[in-house]
Amino acid sequence: MQVISRPPTPTEVVSEQVSAQSRRRRRGRIGTLLLFLLPSLVLYFVFIFFPVIQAVYYSFYRWSGLGPLTDFIGLKNYATAFQNATFLAAFTHNVEILVFSLIFQLSLSLFLALVIGKTLPGRTIFRTIYFMPFILSEVIAGFIWMFIYEPTNAGLVNATLEHLIPGFQAQAWLGNPSIVLLSIFVAMIWKYFGLHLVLYVAAIQNIPDEIIEAARIDGASTMQTVRHISLPLLGSTIRLSVFLSALGSLQYFDLIWIMSNGGPVHASETMATYLYKAGFQSFQLGYGSAVGVVMMLMCFIFSLLYQRFVMRRDLAGSITTTEQF
Amino acid sequence: MYVVRQRSSLRRSDLWKPVQLGLRYLVCGVVAFFVLVPIVTVVIGGFKTNGELNNAPFSLPQVWHWDNYGAILSQPSFWQALENSAVIMLVTVGLLLVVSCPTAFALSRIPFRGREVVFNIILFGLLFPVSMAILPLYITLRNLGLLNSLIGVILPQAAFALPTTILILRNFFRAIPQELEDATYIDGGSTIDFFWRILLPLARPSLAVVSMLVMVASWNNFLLPLLVLNDSSLWTVTMGIMQFQGEHTTDLALTLAYITLAMIPAIIFYLFAERHLISGLTAGAVKG
Repeated sequence: MQVISRPPTPTEVVSEQVSAQSRRRRRGRIGTLLLFLLPSLVLYFVFIFFPVIQAVYYSFYRWSGLGPLTDFIGLKNYATAFQNATFLAAFTHNVEILVFSLIFQLSLSLFLALVIGKTLPGRTIFRTIYFMPFILSEVIAGFIWMFIYEPTNAGLVNATLEHLIPGFQAQAWLGNPSIVLLSIFVAMIWKYFGLHLVLYVAAIQNIPDEIIEAARIDGASTMQTVRHISLPLLGSTIRLSVFLSALGSLQYFDLIWIMSNGGPVHASETMATYLYKAGFQSFQLGYGSAVGVVMMLMCFIFSLLYQRFVMRRDLAGSITTTEQF
Repeated sequence: MYVVRQRSSLRRSDLWKPVQLGLRYLVCGVVAFFVLVPIVTVVIGGFKTNGELNNAPFSLPQVWHWDNYGAILSQPSFWQALENSAVIMLVTVGLLLVVSCPTAFALSRIPFRGREVVFNIILFGLLFPVSMAILPLYITLRNLGLLNSLIGVILPQAAFALPTTILILRNFFRAIPQELEDATYIDGGSTIDFFWRILLPLARPSLAVVSMLVMVASWNNFLLPLLVLNDSSLWTVTMGIMQFQGEHTTDLALTLAYITLAMIPAIIFYLFAERHLISGLTAGAVKG
């Protein structure tokens, strides 16, 4: 305000003023910068970055979590993990969840998003319903499904199947090692498909009407429009959705921990539940940290490769491509 | 030729259209049914007696029993858990906004050397959910003496929400026109003036979006509270459910009532905030 209302000053005064001002500005800016960045960087380093580094450090020791770290054993924890049948089974379960969710969850949400499309009257109501499980707590979702899977008659699944199939024996859906992972996976689809659906619906909204209209006028059927127009234009969203599913599957913990604790007899163990048990139930913090580091490396390498080779065109910037912002 | 083809396709679609629309509704309706059934069954189950639950799983309760709900609402521990969850949620959101807004501002509007490096380090945190870093995080909290206190849940929660929040806010802040910033400086204002008086008020909708995302995440969190909070007076709603279910394994109906009551605040909140939550999630997912 003052600068504008003041009459113009001689040039030399101005330039002197400007240089002094810019010097002051610059010093002020460094101060401002620190003030702006420091609090979140402190929080970030203390609670995310530092623990991650610490995990690497602990992983070289045999350590119960109490007392000083003295028993240095090098890479032995890693060797133990890769020879441990339970850990390897847990890893296999993670991969199974990954494959299942790519096949079932993604195709379900993509298909539904295409069915809803841009025009279906009442589509927001459907979206509200489909997305609802996603905002429920994992604890609530887990207990809801434990009730649905009740091994007695009270369980909806057993009761329904008994009505439909004569002579059907009530199953312990979460107590039978050969089906527990599938049972939990159904609950996982229920809980998470809404997120992917919402991503697809948002992407479909962005497809210009003109393109679809043009295809219609040229005589394209609905199937042809979907195949040759919608799907290619949804490419980047599909790749993103695959990425989110894959990372989520490799790290999965919540519903499994609540519904089955990784059991029975490790039949639904994932790497994350295995890590948790190693650390907090058998007090092998060094070993648990090694498992954690293995998981982190897997996720990190996966996302590097995926972003480098698959999502290259989609990201205007990411962890791997530093420029371009 | 063109006209003929258009007309024939129109005629075909005239017939096909209602059928197609019906099929679309059928598919959507069936899925909606399967999504809602588990929730509705639990809510209704809370009104039944345990005998009814076992003998008539499909039917509505003969008499709607409010006593299950009454029994839980009269427990002080339920209200205590609600209060703890609310305190953790509100303080997390407050802390997160205070800390992340300036950082997102610096990363979007103040040019400085190494800005991309700082931003990428923060983005790096997106890769690590709490469940993976939980062992060293627990040790850190123990060393800092934060175990068994609400703040021991709040600080890590805010930290783990930082990357997403900064990512979303940075994109919103970048979209605010440069002219506004120039005008502030011409009027003799400082960077802080621009941030505080111009940008933040303009960014209010986006602040609402990130706040709601964090509120939901905080309300639903169970791993951190489970590890950090020992005293039952500090327990959150999610822990309350787990504890309650463990104690009342034989009284299924009572547990269902507890789950329903814990679900209600989340669903009410969702129905009001749905648009913001979804726009936040899609904005966070589609980086750029």
